[in-house]
Amino acid sequence: MPVTRQQVEDFLYAEAGLLDAWKLDEWLTLLTDDAVYRVPSNDKPASDPKDTLFTIADDINRIRARVTRLKKTTAHAEFPRSRTRRLITNVRILEENAQTVKIEANFIVYRFRRNESVYQFVGQYRYELRVADASFKIASRVAIIDAMELGSLASVSFIL
Amino acid sequence: MNQTPDTPWVINQPEAMHFAVNRATLVDPQILELERRRIFDTCWIYVGHESEVREPGDFRTRTVCGRPLIFCRDSKGEARVYLNTCRHRGSLVCREPEGNAKYFTCFYHGWTYDRDGALYGLPGQSAYPPNFNRAEFALQTPPKVASYRGFVFLNFDSGANVMSLDDYLAGAKEYIDLICDQSPSGEMEIIPGSQEYDIRANWKLLAENSFDDYHLPATHSTWLDYLKNSGVEMKRPEKGHMLPAHGVGKVLGNGHAVIDNINFRGRPVARWIPIYGEAAKPEIERIRAELVTRLGEARAARVADTNRNLLVFPNLVINDGSSVTVRYFEPRAADNMVVRACALGPKEETPAARAIRLDSFLTFYGPGGFATPDDIEALESVQAGMASYREMPWSVMTRGMAKEGEQLNTDERHLREFWIQWDKLMRGAA
Ligand code: FES
Repeated sequence: MPVTRQQVEDFLYAEAGLLDAWKLDEWLTLLTDDAVYRVPSNDKPASDPKDTLFTIADDINRIRARVTRLKKTTAHAEFPRSRTRRLITNVRILEENAQTVKIEANFIVYRFRRNESVYQFVGQYRYELRVADASFKIASRVAIIDAMELGSLASVSFIL
Repeated sequence: MNQTPDTPWVINQPEAMHFAVNRATLVDPQILELERRRIFDTCWIYVGHESEVREPGDFRTRTVCGRPLIFCRDSKGEARVYLNTCRHRGSLVCREPEGNAKYFTCFYHGWTYDRDGALYGLPGQSAYPPNFNRAEFALQTPPKVASYRGFVFLNFDSGANVMSLDDYLAGAKEYIDLICDQSPSGEMEIIPGSQEYDIRANWKLLAENSFDDYHLPATHSTWLDYLKNSGVEMKRPEKGHMLPAHGVGKVLGNGHAVIDNINFRGRPVARWIPIYGEAAKPEIERIRAELVTRLGEARAARVADTNRNLLVFPNLVINDGSSVTVRYFEPRAADNMVVRACALGPKEETPAARAIRLDSFLTFYGPGGFATPDDIEALESVQAGMASYREMPWSVMTRGMAKEGEQLNTDERHLREFWIQWDKLMRGAA
């Protein structure tokens, strides 16, 4: 049975719900054991972290370490934690076979902090999902920010 | 606000062991205006690295000291800097971030300049009066441009008394040389991909923060935990120390200063730590062996087993730690700055070594790293605290003042040097 867009959307919405709720340990269970999470530099959106400086280029160990860090009250950039709200649209299935599905989707992630104006992260997600037990696991998750520079977004201190 | 004997901007009283910075210097727009004239328009300011414009016609546009510039390689192979403003009626001539061009055409009325800056052509020249001489309308250059080891600087001071870049860099050159010694050819290059972000804080706070090891244990405990959890050996700090290894703060002349540390955090050139993974070991050992062959044991150890954060006054930071980052920043407003950061590596680095370097970079540095976001938070937090500068006008910066001789990286002697030079220039006493 081919994968439907609705199945993919349901999965992405569920993931967004976990991240917005800061349920980071549960979020980790959505990842494969060789998952990667990347945010390329704004000026080189289509490149390889082996030869180009990224903003984030985590393998699974670094993703887990990132979660460990973010759960501490000493991760100052996210303490007190910001509130985020993710809107995911324009979901498209690009490629699929029995094992993997490649998709892309647009996002707006709003980030709110006390006494600060809203930060708006706008861009595109690219996922490689592995089909597993009637659902998916995330093998690769790339967030490409449209802004030419991070500019007033300053940093990507949460899981984008 | 004006500086008066009652309200100085910097109090420096070594005998009384007192040093304090007036917080107005971090909030007052008039002080910022004066800084633009007395600091940014008199010092040598970093523009870019020659490796960013390799071939004739390669260009980058960027803003330095508030001026839009074209940084490019001319037809003779020289790195050049032009003011990015049309000699006709002022439009930006080049609006692309980077590329290669034979000509730069101003789109407004179509004046065209070649890569040597000369006005090559213009539409409808016959309407100009006979005294119009095309040769007088080349792209303007800053008064002075010079480079050291590939790092290109400009100086907006057109006066006759400006010291040469060489003299200006003073003791900072020794450290730039040390960083360049990572490369077998002595040539380093900027790696593609740049991190550009704003911090809602006064620019001087980043100068301080970039080489302040005192904040490391408190601000970056999650990063230190990460190193520890991934198997990096963290010795207990020795008596009087705050970090696992010894490190000193040194002043280098003309406001430049450095922290110079025994390494504990791993280095792509060339000290392996478990974060790099077992597979990286042979590559790191190969790099180490090359260093020893080329430089001898002692200098190789200096390159590989020490790390340094160098501040080239006023706004260039080269941090040669978990990787090498070249970071420069300038004010947008008294409470806002723009930061650009790149990674620097040996020109002939192998793909495997380059990958280790970039991966190691991201453990600490940059807006998605495990440390820089907390620095940004710290600086913005300081700036928020500055709202009460009238009631609480002084920041204290006296660490190490009672010590004779060696100053630690967690002391504040090197930070004071930044402020001493800043104050000297702001008084017009250079
Ligand atoms: S302003 Fe450039 S051609 Fe007129």
